[in-house]
Amino acid sequence: MSNTEPVYYFDNNATTRCAPEVVEAMLPFFSERYGNASSMHAFGGAVASDVKAARAKVARFLRCEPEEVVFTSCGSESDNNALFGTVEALGPQTTVITSAVEHPAVLEPCRWLENNRVRVVRIGVDRLGALDMDAYRAALSRPGPKLVSLMWANNETGTVFPIKECAELAKAAGAVFHTDATQAAGKLGEVDMSDVPADMLSFSGHKLHAPKGIGVLYVRRGTPVRPFLLGGHQEKGRRAGTENVPYIVGLGRAVEMAREEIEGGEVARIARLRDRLQEGLLKIPDTVVNGDQAHRLPNTLNISFEYIEGEAILFHLSDAGICASSGSACTSGSLDASHVLRAMDVPFTALHGSIRFSLSRYNTDADVDHVLETMPGIVGTLRELSPYGHK
Amino acid sequence: MWDYSEKVLDHFHHPRNVGTLENPDGVGEVGALACGDALKLMFKLDKDGRIADVKFQTFGCASAIASSSALTEMIKGMTLEEAAKVTNADIAKYLDGLPEQKMHCSVMGMEALEAAIANYRTGDTTVRQLKDDPLVCTCFNVHESEIVEAIRINKLTTVEQVTNYTKAGGACGKCKGEIAKILDRELAAASGAPAPEAAPAPAPAPAAPAEPVPFAKLSPAKKVLAVEKVLEAEVRPALKLDGGDIELVDVDGAKVQVRFLGHCAGCMAAAFTRNGLVEKKLRDLLAAPDLEVELV
Repeated sequence: MSNTEPVYYFDNNATTRCAPEVVEAMLPFFSERYGNASSMHAFGGAVASDVKAARAKVARFLRCEPEEVVFTSCGSESDNNALFGTVEALGPQTTVITSAVEHPAVLEPCRWLENNRVRVVRIGVDRLGALDMDAYRAALSRPGPKLVSLMWANNETGTVFPIKECAELAKAAGAVFHTDATQAAGKLGEVDMSDVPADMLSFSGHKLHAPKGIGVLYVRRGTPVRPFLLGGHQEKGRRAGTENVPYIVGLGRAVEMAREEIEGGEVARIARLRDRLQEGLLKIPDTVVNGDQAHRLPNTLNISFEYIEGEAILFHLSDAGICASSGSACTSGSLDASHVLRAMDVPFTALHGSIRFSLSRYNTDADVDHVLETMPGIVGTLRELSPYGHK
Repeated sequence: MWDYSEKVLDHFHHPRNVGTLENPDGVGEVGALACGDALKLMFKLDKDGRIADVKFQTFGCASAIASSSALTEMIKGMTLEEAAKVTNADIAKYLDGLPEQKMHCSVMGMEALEAAIANYRTGDTTVRQLKDDPLVCTCFNVHESEIVEAIRINKLTTVEQVTNYTKAGGACGKCKGEIAKILDRELAAASGAPAPEAAPAPAPAPAAPAEPVPFAKLSPAKKVLAVEKVLEAEVRPALKLDGGDIELVDVDGAKVQVRFLGHCAGCMAAAFTRNGLVEKKLRDLLAAPDLEVELV
């Protein structure tokens, strides 16, 4: 696709456009303000005060103390640090409790821990993707040290777990609680560490209009977690590596805008667009929404077009300038369909034809109209080709 | 995003010969909705025995659609003897190549063609003789002969390649050891060296028919053993032909709880409800007319 054709971007759970305001805030730190925040001279020291200001913005965003914010390189690093660092601190007898539908940044460290003799309990979900709370409670009743890692919102379906309740149950059971809030931060209003007793939280800049390459690990004061990256004393010894000043400053601006957006009703506008998209697409026969519509990210729609396959749909969408993603086997990088949809027992007539549309502040009614005009033709073409679903 | 050739994209956007034929001479169907791709191919012969018309329907990704479309163009006008020689490598070549991870789409084309030709010749819809052809991958229902064929045609040397070409090992991955053994054997045969450990696994002794015993009078432990014995001898082999398996969950009085396993657990459940295979076998062989099977 050439760069001049219009792009209708509905893949904001994959990554978002870096906001022009964010880019502007970052620019000076690539050129004239290149100092090292840790240096013992005024030139570097001035930069340190910008890092401090950005940290304060993130703290306001999460409603926590600035000292509890650790800057990392991405959401995956934050998740890895939380899991490996806590198991190391708590010892090899730790039981890790997680869910079957986590992002690979949690699933894979859990698998590594399991292969290295750490007990891992995976809690299942129901047909809507909601967590099996009875199984979760049962897992928490196990003896010995425990680490819980549950995602706040699911990247594929947008299903939101009751994280406050999960964290409270974990604290009551003496467990350390981590949540991967990569999709929730900036999209949900209530990512509030003064209200949710989580010990750790991960999120990533590029999901909320900051650049790729910056993440946060929130660590509540007193949480037993060892550093993952050893070296210099940056981030109070919790994460070595020279501060990525431009990106930290950019993230500060991005979360500031996200907070304004949440308070200014933008989230509700995005939800209305999403709902209109859903309503329009459901007029196509044999379509089904995946996920818990009562507890769902306002920007996410995961919808299955039965009897046709996701990659083929995405290719046709891409020809029309529409960017989305799919949980089909052909797009998952393996030969098997999305682990999230399989954990939800989505029937296989719908499993391979799932498409995720995820919106952001940059989507308009015209974007939604374009998808609604385009989709029936694509589905019709592919169903014509399919050996299934002919009445 | 996949790096597809212009030709793949052309056949995806403008698939040739889509649809069905009335009274076809041969029909081949491979793949399944559950597995993520499927192809139905049918042809009609002219009076000289050449393929006069051919149509397809495909459920699958862009390269599956392109491979099917390409295949129909390639075989039009061929005799069945000529068509039978078309391999997946020919389909991929016709399309100016496919990404390695997508080669299984071309294999699906070849297999549908094989199935359609066999259907014309024998009237049979099953090509593979299951007795002599062990099922290797239960997730995607891939038999040993399919793996061997893909290795030979495409000169495959790694397990990963076999997965890319046949899908075997692409889901749970449990059969990767088995694939490695087949690969070793094929590579050794190709280089002329003696095949390592080529001896086939000893055939399991035929299961003795279960004794008709008064089931209700057995202790709970004996009940479990008796049910398990029937499942092993009478139920599992049938399910394994279709790539599934069954697990005994509990026996409580006359109630037997079972669970279907494998990638096709959904299909298995449907088949089970339809013909009541498990319940019927257990009732008959354990002399327990009031026995009930529950799917959990």
